Amino acid sequence: MTTAIGQPLERVDGRAKVTGSARYSTEIPATGMAHACLVGAQVAAGRVTAVDASDAWEEPGVLAVLTHENLPRIAAQPPLVPSLFGGPAPGETFFPMQDDTVHYGGQAVALVVADTHERAQHAAALLRVEYEESEPLTTIEQGRDQAYEPEAIFGGFLPGHSARGDIEAGLEKADTVVECTYTFAANNHNPLETSGTTAMWDGDELLLHDATQGVNATQLTVAALLGIPLSKIRVLGHYVGGSFGCKAMIWHHPALAALAAREVGRPVKLALTRAQMFTSCGHREEQEQHITLGATDDGRLTALRHHKLSPTSHFDDWAEPSLNSAAQMYACPNYEGAYRLFRANTMTPTFMRGPGDSTGLFALECAMDELAERTGLDPIELRLRNFADSDPVSGNPWSSNGLKECYERGAARFGWYERDPEPRSRREGNWLIGTGMAAAGYPAPPPGTPQRARARIYADGSVVVQAATPEFGTGVATVMAQVAADALGVPVERCRFEKGDTDFPGIAAAVGSAGAGMISAAVHTAATALRDQLVREAVADSGSPLHGADPADVAVRDGVMTVSSPGAPSEAYADLLQRNHRPDAEASGTWNPPGLDTPYGMLTFGAQFAEVAVDPELGMVRVRRMTGAFAPGRVLNTRTVRSQLTGGMLWGLGQALLEANHMEPRTGRWAAGSLGDYLIAVNADAPDVEVELVEVEDRVVNPLGVKGVGEIGQVGANAAIANAVHHATGRRIRKMPITIEDIIG
Amino acid sequence: MRLITYSRAADAAGAITTVSSDPTSDFLAGGTTEIDLLRQNVLTPRRLVDINALPLTGVEQAPDGGLRIGALARMSEVAASPLVRERFPVIAEALESGASPQLRNMASMGGNLMQRVRCPYYRDTASPCNRREPGTGCSAVEGFSRGHAVLGTSEHCIATHPSDVAVALAALDARVHTHGSRGEQTYSIDDFFLTPGHTPHREHPLEHGELITAIEVPSSPVARRSLYLKVRDRESYEFALVSAACALSLVDGTIADVRLALGGVATKPWRAHRAEGVLLGAEAGRESFTEAARVELADARPTANNAFKTGLAQRVIVRALETLTANGRTS
Repeated sequence: MTTAIGQPLERVDGRAKVTGSARYSTEIPATGMAHACLVGAQVAAGRVTAVDASDAWEEPGVLAVLTHENLPRIAAQPPLVPSLFGGPAPGETFFPMQDDTVHYGGQAVALVVADTHERAQHAAALLRVEYEESEPLTTIEQGRDQAYEPEAIFGGFLPGHSARGDIEAGLEKADTVVECTYTFAANNHNPLETSGTTAMWDGDELLLHDATQGVNATQLTVAALLGIPLSKIRVLGHYVGGSFGCKAMIWHHPALAALAAREVGRPVKLALTRAQMFTSCGHREEQEQHITLGATDDGRLTALRHHKLSPTSHFDDWAEPSLNSAAQMYACPNYEGAYRLFRANTMTPTFMRGPGDSTGLFALECAMDELAERTGLDPIELRLRNFADSDPVSGNPWSSNGLKECYERGAARFGWYERDPEPRSRREGNWLIGTGMAAAGYPAPPPGTPQRARARIYADGSVVVQAATPEFGTGVATVMAQVAADALGVPVERCRFEKGDTDFPGIAAAVGSAGAGMISAAVHTAATALRDQLVREAVADSGSPLHGADPADVAVRDGVMTVSSPGAPSEAYADLLQRNHRPDAEASGTWNPPGLDTPYGMLTFGAQFAEVAVDPELGMVRVRRMTGAFAPGRVLNTRTVRSQLTGGMLWGLGQALLEANHMEPRTGRWAAGSLGDYLIAVNADAPDVEVELVEVEDRVVNPLGVKGVGEIGQVGANAAIANAVHHATGRRIRKMPITIEDIIG
Repeated sequence: MRLITYSRAADAAGAITTVSSDPTSDFLAGGTTEIDLLRQNVLTPRRLVDINALPLTGVEQAPDGGLRIGALARMSEVAASPLVRERFPVIAEALESGASPQLRNMASMGGNLMQRVRCPYYRDTASPCNRREPGTGCSAVEGFSRGHAVLGTSEHCIATHPSDVAVALAALDARVHTHGSRGEQTYSIDDFFLTPGHTPHREHPLEHGELITAIEVPSSPVARRSLYLKVRDRESYEFALVSAACALSLVDGTIADVRLALGGVATKPWRAHRAEGVLLGAEAGRESFTEAARVELADARPTANNAFKTGLAQRVIVRALETLTANGRTS
């Protein structure tokens, strides 16, 4: 029985958020609160030769100046493992201020603690740090010659090189070969709330309020770094003001806040500044991708070669996994994919919305558009001819698909077939009008560990469900109440979801679009267990009208258990509890996810369409409308799902036309360190965005068949725009973002 | 802490005396740039004299039929003025293409002229910058300079002047009225903004403590047919890569009067005198427009990152002229 799931309920915490009553991690009041300010290295390579803190100490209110000379050593550096796997998840396997080496610009070289935020900031500005500077290496141009092929990336979970079939033979069979290089500027996340942590010690017990996608990930990582038992560290994160991946891994500031709080013997709040958001919590790396497509005259792919080159840190073999979905989208028998990395003066790059796939599929889908043009096929027809009936990588069936329906319904809604395929065929005044499309795919990976939740019903019939996950803007508190309501058979208004606390049952970090699937699985399991427990109690209870009934014949609606037999005896949960003088009943649920070896291909699919207007003389590109059709499995709440998908598509627009950061070759520092210099789309850039939801049933990924919508809205949107720019102008611009000089160049 | 003494000025003379007598002091008007720069330790005044209560407001018609804008009139107020919209549309369009509605409600017209450059190196105290700290060098010349100037530059500074409305004012020969210890002064807008030369830290000829009181735009019938064309990376809330303020009148297809100024490409609001010279008396058309644009940008000195601006500026000039001559726009 489904009543609440799928309803477009408004966010339960919307009012608290927009009125400011929702408290975020650095808004937690505490008696004696001290404020810490990070000081980042002003050089990108070299070492710290001296730190003169005398002026800083002159300032009233300064409590501590911590540097590599006096910051306590960490207990152990845990390995970099993506937080979805449920273990410690440091953003990089480096912890600052353990020695004098500077590996990258902005690396924390000091931490100043004072009694007010302003005093800490001012004292930090007075700190004189001297460096012995060496020549930085940060850009692809500088590092290309030093590239190597890593054995594995992504914490060891993905191979550096992969292949199927015989790529050379495939290319020989090809009538047409498309070979292109795509370049991508680095991107920074910049959620509204900057990252931050408030740390409080009570004896040897640590309480952290942290802006994180996983309170358990923070707990596990800080416990390992500080060498304290997990039972002595509790992490809260009720509200998080957006993340987009920069809070998916645990960076240095939570542990630094804890160390500083121990040092000064007071609660310490450490909030990154906006400028530090560019240097302290990862980024999407600059990259270059090379694609070779081979195809027969009728458009069937015979070969796909996909190489990527990108900078990584001195510590980790990290590249965002751009060769994931791109290897699975099409039925191409011969494939070769390879990552190449070079060591650079950078922090370890990290997840950023649509990690890997938003760049990997940009390259593939733009190349497919070129192939469509070469073969004279409509872009959708070309994609249908290469439709993968099963996962081309494993040969396994798809857990669910829906891609063909996405093409069909997206095209119909967008009016795709009204286009004249000839480039530059449509003009309105100074503007050339073009349309483009792209396929979208994003993995629906299972988490690495069991996911847990707890459900409790009180004797008045109201329900509380708990799980550790924080709410970082997805609407989890709203949709999990919907999930619990349906599993228990109670009205959704009677259910409240409690979250963001490591004292609640554990949930892996909600990353990689996995949150809705895994949390709903845990909540559904717990709520179902509670329902089953109450039904069993009722049928065994001689005082209940349900006594003696078969539990399998009991249905629950509006909190009332009813037997499907003559007379339809029934009893409310509340009556059962009250009659037995029980204040409440509770059950836990554990969902054991399918392993990584599950014999199914698990991808979420979609199709993106965009119409652009290009002023070819002045170089301006305006996106006039976008349509996305997506098949994300079960939709828990159409309002929050559309909201995430729409936001994702606009992220794709920003990536396509605006978002860029560049390392300055001379200094090794980011050219942009503010939202004045790093442009994100504003409302005036946002076109009409339409979302078409394609229902697919998936019995593999999780109990409710939820595949997630955090990323799929972004993937492919950039390629649809670039392909539309080509259709408008006849020019292929193989880079992200496409800017004015590219159009007029 | 760096303590700042704050006071509210009750009259202009007092404010001028206070600031003139203390080299570590500054006026504070809308504060939309100044407060940012205080927080970033780029500006380090010890005293701020808040002039917002001074009677320097109002947008009114001058006796000669021109426009008189009080220095403390807010950008939004000027943009909304029916007088401005009817007689000087280029001013209203330039104002509305700048900043955001919130900022336009705060920012004063005098402050707009006094706003500092947006060069990221100027705002980053870790980077050398001749404008912020004379003699330390210019980080932009060999740095990331996509947004920087191609006209009016020197080896000491290549930052563009960020204002939009100042470009419109430059096109219309506005005058800036000030009051200082030397008494009242009037500057032509072209003299008000200085190119960097050897002294990029000197952005205007004002002495310390000299206060802008009003901006005057002379009566200008040609301004009725005028526009502001701004090319930028995003649709709103972003500075110009290239902009043009243009006013034009035709008699029988010949250009009888023309005013043209450029933004986003020069170290000051750039009056395109050379282009005007080509256009005046010429037959309106792509040929004369292209030639005017070519001549104006002939001395452009681009960097490794901003070479596109030279060509783009010429296209913007041509487009602005074509738009004004094509649609018969009169207001």
